[in-house]
Amino acid sequence: MSQLVQAASSLHELPETALVVALVGQPNVGKSSVFNDLTGQAQYVSNWPGKTSEPKSGTCDAGGRQVQVVDLPGAYSLSANSSEERLVRDFLIHQQPDVVALIVNATALERNLYLLAELLALPLKIVIGLNMVDVAAQQGIVVEPHVLEAALGLPVIPLNAARSHGVAELIQKAACVAADPQQDAPNRPEIRADHRSVLQALQYLITPYVPEPYPVDWTALKLLEGDRQITEMVQGQLGEQWPPVHAILMQHEDAILAIAGGRYEWIGRMVRAAVTQPRAGQLTLTDRIDRVATHPLGGMLILLGILGVLFWLTYALGTPLQTWLDVHLVQAGSVWAQGVLQGAPAWLTGLVVNGIIAGVGTVLTLLPVLLIFFAALGILEDLGYMARAAYVMDRFMHLMGLHGKSFLPLFLGFGCNVPAVMGARSIESPKARLITILVTPLVPCTARLAVLATLAPIFFREQALLVTWGLVSLNLLVLTGVGIILHEGFLGGEHKAFIMEMPLYQLPNLHSIGVSLWQRLVDFMKMAGTIILVVSVLLWALSTFPGGTIQTSLLGLVGQKLEPLGRIMGLDWQMLVALVTSFVRKENTIPTLAVLYGVGTQGAGLAEVLSSRLTQPAALAFLAVQMLFIPCMATLATIRQETKSWRWTVLSVGLLLAISLAMGIAIYQGAALVGWE
Amino acid sequence: MLFKHHRHHHDRALHHGPAQELPLNQLPSGVAAQVVQVNGGHGLINRIASLGFTPGAEVTLLQNYGHGPLIASVRGSRLALGRGEAEHILVKVLEA
Repeated sequence: MSQLVQAASSLHELPETALVVALVGQPNVGKSSVFNDLTGQAQYVSNWPGKTSEPKSGTCDAGGRQVQVVDLPGAYSLSANSSEERLVRDFLIHQQPDVVALIVNATALERNLYLLAELLALPLKIVIGLNMVDVAAQQGIVVEPHVLEAALGLPVIPLNAARSHGVAELIQKAACVAADPQQDAPNRPEIRADHRSVLQALQYLITPYVPEPYPVDWTALKLLEGDRQITEMVQGQLGEQWPPVHAILMQHEDAILAIAGGRYEWIGRMVRAAVTQPRAGQLTLTDRIDRVATHPLGGMLILLGILGVLFWLTYALGTPLQTWLDVHLVQAGSVWAQGVLQGAPAWLTGLVVNGIIAGVGTVLTLLPVLLIFFAALGILEDLGYMARAAYVMDRFMHLMGLHGKSFLPLFLGFGCNVPAVMGARSIESPKARLITILVTPLVPCTARLAVLATLAPIFFREQALLVTWGLVSLNLLVLTGVGIILHEGFLGGEHKAFIMEMPLYQLPNLHSIGVSLWQRLVDFMKMAGTIILVVSVLLWALSTFPGGTIQTSLLGLVGQKLEPLGRIMGLDWQMLVALVTSFVRKENTIPTLAVLYGVGTQGAGLAEVLSSRLTQPAALAFLAVQMLFIPCMATLATIRQETKSWRWTVLSVGLLLAISLAMGIAIYQGAALVGWE
Repeated sequence: MLFKHHRHHHDRALHHGPAQELPLNQLPSGVAAQVVQVNGGHGLINRIASLGFTPGAEVTLLQNYGHGPLIASVRGSRLALGRGEAEHILVKVLEA
């Protein structure tokens, strides 16, 4: 709802004369390309349902008239089956745009026109953009726009949104239609005769009670369809007058099936002359690829293969680049800054070198890995493969209370949590997206695994591998548990029916991938320049002042005060402080411990001190906490950016803090109970 | 062989007599059928129907391995659906 309000308020800032055109369409119709093309605003274009989950708007010009284009999320119908559908219809009813530009995909025209059948029940002016005619032709489907236009009685403009053909004509047409006081009466789907009298009876009963701006006939139709939201609204308005309405509805419980059937019958008549279908039984390229890509075993192998290549690329290309940046950006930058700041007060050098460069610089070294992940995600999405990966993994993800589409982002989390959180954008249901984002930090990223790999052998020697494996499994177990609890618990355990469109495979549009890659990088850089800069400096200040060293800093002092908490887990205050400094970058744990225990940063001294200070149960508790702890600040900043909510960000921190500390305590105390020391 | 359509998995289901009705999840892949009825709650019926599964619609399964989700072709588009959802869609096999 807040998104709607936002969209509404931005509309108010426009000059009164600006024309409002709402872009509407089902998922996978190329609607976002049309929007980008019109407004010049690079926005993420997707082949995976639901990329545009909040209304974005931009302005363009149509024959000298300013047009405000609002990009509404992809919706299959106006039936409030998903939050996107609710958003679209709320916008259309409450904001009443001057014209609706409906984008349809010629490769699945019948299903796409179902949305038109729904739109025609509302008092709207409509123009249709017929997209992907060329792709349809490759499939042997020939669509004639003029014939369709004549049948529907609505303007139909052929588009090739990927090459921006026809987009200008579409908006010109929309402006014409808006100027026309009465659009030619379009063809409308008819309602079955017996339902027509039912609708009349319903209208008679509800007319005085339907609140503005809901059209009465539309409200009656949605009641008959059994739409939950409208039913609740009308029931609330009617109060004691509800029972007679309810009685009518009970008699026609499955009316929706007849209504939907009627719409498709109408669609069938509309497209009969305009569309030539391919010979039946022809195997398309998509069918052939899907035989392997969605095969229970073959699909899994392909997915594993793709992930293998992706991680190989990361390690072969991303990690060396990251190291290179670390040396030439962070380290060289530090040396350079120290040189420039010679003679400056020590705090200034500290601020620049240990605060800004160490924090922001380190986060920037993540760029190559992010670039690889985002490029790969973009290509896979554009290809149409993402829906297949989700299909193959859905069963397993369901066991974790998650959606199949959560798999890829979460898996990316093993490389780095940042792209994992950003990758969750492609999950259409806001709830499922939020759950995915909240559990992502429980996927151990490379940096955390590196710390584990360094510390485990110090404490556990031969059993180090077993401990490592056990702790990674623990993370995944906790992830599953949290996923199920979040899903069943306070996010309302609605089990969404698993129905998902499998788009046609297509060659990726490299231009649009490049655009979205650039957008994500800009987002990330902005974050590094703002929130991460502030947090880095803050954390540096906390670990420096007032005493000048970390032992005598505020952080150190608080750590010492918290020693009793540490004791419950068998930990020194030094280890608590190391957990906090790992917030800047997870690898920080080790140098912090070295400084606090007064040994050189070279591992050897540290190993001796650590193994003498900590018993094995305490070490296990520490490693478990470290693995489950609050993610690094880059991840947290991304969570804030993606959820657009401080509440969820803070909740995420609280959740992970509680889980990790509880686990540490449970391990240490549990070990004491069974007499392991 | 691995990636061939597993038509034989459900051949049994076809020998019940002419034009028998069966839930979509029991329809063997590659066999043309027609939707007869959709059952379930309002929300589910609405979602399934608006995607094209209405009585009279022709449907063919592109994939049904007897377990896991299936892929259906209906009204010119490909839809993946869970077995539970498919169970709510009653179809009758069309004579070839």
